[in-house]
Amino acid sequence: MALNLTLTINGRSVALDARTADMPLLWVLRDILGLTGAKFGCGAGLCGACSVLMGDERFFSCMSPARAFVGQPVTTIEGLGNDPLGKRLQTAWVEVDVVQCGYCQPGQIVAAAALLKANPTPDDTAIEAGMSGNLCRCGTYPRIREAVKLAARAGAASDAKGKSG
Amino acid sequence: MSAGDDLSLSRRNVLSGSAVLGLSFFVPLGRLAAAPSSAASLANTFLTVTATGVELALPKTEMGQSILTTLAMLVAEELGVAPDQVKVVIPKGDAKRFAPISQGTGGSSSVRQMYKPLRQAAANARAALINAAAAQWGATPDRLDLINGMVVEGGSGRRLPVRALLAAASAAPAPVDPPLRKARDFKVIGKPTKRIDSWEKVTGATVFGIDVRLPGMKVATLIQCPMFGGTLGEVDESAALATPGVVQIVRGRDVLFVVADNYFTALQGYIAANPRWEAPSTPATQSQILAELRQALTKPGFEAKKQGDLAAARRAMASEHRATYHQPFLAHAAMEPGSCTVHVTAAGCEIWSGSQVPSQAREDAAKALGLPAEKVTFHNCQMGGGFGRRLETDMVVRAVELGRQVSYPVKLVWSREEDMAHDMYRPAYLDEIWAALDASGKPVGWEHRIVGSSILARLLGNAFKGVDGDATEGAVQIPYGVGAHRVTFQQAESAVPTSWWRGVGGLRSAFVVESFIDELAHKAGQDPLAYRLSLTSNPRIRAVLERAGQESGWGAKLPEGHGRGIAVLELWGTVMAVVVEARVVNDEITVPKVTGVVDCGLAINPLSVAAQVEGGVIFGLSAALFGEVTINDGRVEQSNFHDYRVLRLNEAPTISTHIISSVEDPGGMGEPPCAVAAPALANAVFAATGKRLRSLPLSLQEA
Repeated sequence: MALNLTLTINGRSVALDARTADMPLLWVLRDILGLTGAKFGCGAGLCGACSVLMGDERFFSCMSPARAFVGQPVTTIEGLGNDPLGKRLQTAWVEVDVVQCGYCQPGQIVAAAALLKANPTPDDTAIEAGMSGNLCRCGTYPRIREAVKLAARAGAASDAKGKSG
Repeated sequence: MSAGDDLSLSRRNVLSGSAVLGLSFFVPLGRLAAAPSSAASLANTFLTVTATGVELALPKTEMGQSILTTLAMLVAEELGVAPDQVKVVIPKGDAKRFAPISQGTGGSSSVRQMYKPLRQAAANARAALINAAAAQWGATPDRLDLINGMVVEGGSGRRLPVRALLAAASAAPAPVDPPLRKARDFKVIGKPTKRIDSWEKVTGATVFGIDVRLPGMKVATLIQCPMFGGTLGEVDESAALATPGVVQIVRGRDVLFVVADNYFTALQGYIAANPRWEAPSTPATQSQILAELRQALTKPGFEAKKQGDLAAARRAMASEHRATYHQPFLAHAAMEPGSCTVHVTAAGCEIWSGSQVPSQAREDAAKALGLPAEKVTFHNCQMGGGFGRRLETDMVVRAVELGRQVSYPVKLVWSREEDMAHDMYRPAYLDEIWAALDASGKPVGWEHRIVGSSILARLLGNAFKGVDGDATEGAVQIPYGVGAHRVTFQQAESAVPTSWWRGVGGLRSAFVVESFIDELAHKAGQDPLAYRLSLTSNPRIRAVLERAGQESGWGAKLPEGHGRGIAVLELWGTVMAVVVEARVVNDEITVPKVTGVVDCGLAINPLSVAAQVEGGVIFGLSAALFGEVTINDGRVEQSNFHDYRVLRLNEAPTISTHIISSVEDPGGMGEPPCAVAAPALANAVFAATGKRLRSLPLSLQEA
C-alpha cells in the first residue's frame, strides 16, 4: 500500500493509500477512518448531511474527492467542539432543543459554523442563505434558525467579554 | 393462528389506537424480582433500580419523536429523579420481552400505550423501597417519599439511600399496583424538558444503523430491478470483480448485490457490473394506475359506516355538493437511506439496524434464514427518521438475503436513488364526497367513497373483509354532525408496493374532509371557522377551533395575495387544528406562517409536543407542496431530492404552537400535525386565489 495521500483531519495528520485520492472524502471518513459523524444522505450535494469544513468553508464531502483536501485543514463534527465557535453552536443546539432524529444535525451544525465564521452576526436572510443547503426531514428548521441566532449572540457576548477583560 | 396472522395483528395493534389503549390497562407489570446473585437491584419488565441509578429498557423505538426522553420522564416522575438521571437502553428485538405490549412504534401510539404501565412499573419500585424503609424504621409508609435516591420521612426528616434498601425491597412481596403520583404533585410530567439525547446527536456520537462498524466487515450496495415485478438479467460480473476493492457479486432474482471494502467502491463495482433487467409483462404506468383508481370509484365499494337515511336526506335536501380529490404516491425519504448490517454464522445471525418493529424484523429475518427466532439477534439502532418506512422489514430481509451468501459481516447501504425507487409508498387515493345540504347550507347527508391500495389487505391476507380500517380512519369519525353518514372503501392495487406513512389513513381523510367542509362553508357563504363551529358541539373540538381563531388573528386583514386556511381533526386521542397562511405570487405558493393549537390531553413534555407540531407541519407541507411519486415504464420517475423536493429552511414557515391545558390521558402527537397541514394550506390557497385545488401536490399552474 502506497501511503502518499496525506490529509489533516481534526488537527491530526492522516496517511492514506494513494488509491483513495478519487474517493469522495465522505467515504474516506466513514468507511476507512471510522469517523461516522458526517452522514450519507443523497450522494449528490443536495442534502448537506455530509458537510465538513475545509478551513472555514463548508464542503459537501459526498461530492468532493479526498485529493481536493490535501494541504487544507478538514474539520468534521467530531472535531468541531474543539473550536470555541463549534462548541457554542453545539451548546446552542442543545439549549434550543433542536434535534429530533439527529441524523442531519452534524451537517447542519457544520453549515452553521461556516456561516458564522463568514458572518458572525447573520440576519434572517443570511441565515436562510447559509442554512438552506441542508435538509431536515424532521422539520427542525424553526429551531435551527433560533439556535444559530443564539450561538451568534453568545459569540458576540464572549467577544465583548474578551475585549473588556 | 399462522405466523402471517401474528404479523398482521401485531401491526394492526401498532396502528390501532383502540386496541393499544385497551391493552395498556391489562398489562402485567411483572413481579418485582430480586437480582439473581446480590439483590443489589430491583427489577421489573421495564426498569432496573440499582444503587447508582435507574435503567429503563425502552419498550418503544426512537426515531426523532423524543420518545426516549418522554418515557424517561414518566419513570423519573414516579421515582423522584430528574429525567436525565434515567439511563435509557434500546433493547434487542424480542416479541416476548414486553408482551403484550408490542415493541412496534407507529400510529402515534407510544405515549398512549406506555403512559400508565411505565408509571405503574416505577410506582411499584418506589413503593417497594418505601415499604422497606418503613419496615426498618417501624414507620407508616404513607408519610414516606422517594426523592433523589433517598427515602425520606416527612416531619422527622429521617432518610435512607436506595442502596441501603434494595436488598430488603427486592426480598419483600411486591407491592400490588400502589397509587401513582397525583397530577398536582407532578415535578417532571407536564414540565418543558429538554431531550436527554441531544449531546450525542450534536457531536456526531450517536450510532445510527448506517454507522455500525464491525471487525472484518465489508460494505455492500444493492440494486433492485427498477421496474416493479421485473427480474435481473445479464451482469458484467468480471468487469465488476476487476474493480480494485470489489470483493464479491451476489445475484438474486430481482436484485444485484455488490460487496466491497467500502461503499464508494461498491458503487464503482455496480457501475462496472452494468446490470440489465427483464421487464415485467405489463410495466405499470401512471395513466393506467389513475385509470384503475377512477374505475374503482365506479364500483359500489365496501361499507365502512352507515348512519341514518341517506335517501331521505337526498329527498329533503335544498341543494347538494360533490367533489373528487386525488392524492399521489409518496416516498418517505427519511434522511438515513436504507441500511442494515448482518453477520450470518453457523450459530445464527446477528443484525444491526434501525427498526420501528424490531421484534418483527427479527422474526422476518429468521423466516428468511429458515432459523428459529431465538437464533437471530436484532440490535436495534437509532433511526435517521422513520415516518413509517421502518415499519417494514424489507431492508432487513434484503440484508439477510445477502448475508447468508457471504462469510463475513456485511453492511448493506442503499443509495438515495435506490431508497427512492424501492420505497414502500403511501398509497395513491381517489376520494369522492357528496353532501346533501339544507336551506342554510348545512349538511344533512354525507357520503364519502374512498379508493386506493389497502395496506391492511396485504397484512391481513384472507382475514381482510373489504374495508381498510386504517384508510377509513378520520372519514368514519369526523369532527362534524353531518346528518346521514355513509363511508365506503374500495381496494385498488397496482404494481406499486404501499405502506404506512406519517399520518396514516387520517392523513388522507383529513385532506378530503377538511377541504370539502371548507367548500361547503364557502358555498353557504359563511366564514370557514364559523361554519365549522356551527357543525360541532364537541367541547374539545370547539375549544381548539376557537383558540386557533384567536391565536392566528383569524379574520384580520392580510396583504394582497395572502390567505388563511384552517383544518382540524380528532384522531389518535388528540384534537389538533392549524391555521396556515399562504402567499401566492405568480401562481407560486409559499407559506409564511402557521399557527397550531393542540389538545393532546396531558402534554407530558410541552417542548416535544411543540417539536412534533413544528416537524409534523413541515413534513405535511413538504408533501402538500411537492410530494409526488409518479410511475412510468414500470419504474418510479423520481430519484433524489432534486426531483422529490422537500421543504428547505428558507421555505419553512414560522410556526407557533399553543397547547390546551388538560389533565386527561395523553393523546398521540406524531401524526396529527402532519395530517392537518395539507388541507389547511389548500384552504388558504382558496382564500388567497379563489381557486379550489383538489389534487396533491397543490399546483396553481395546472389549476
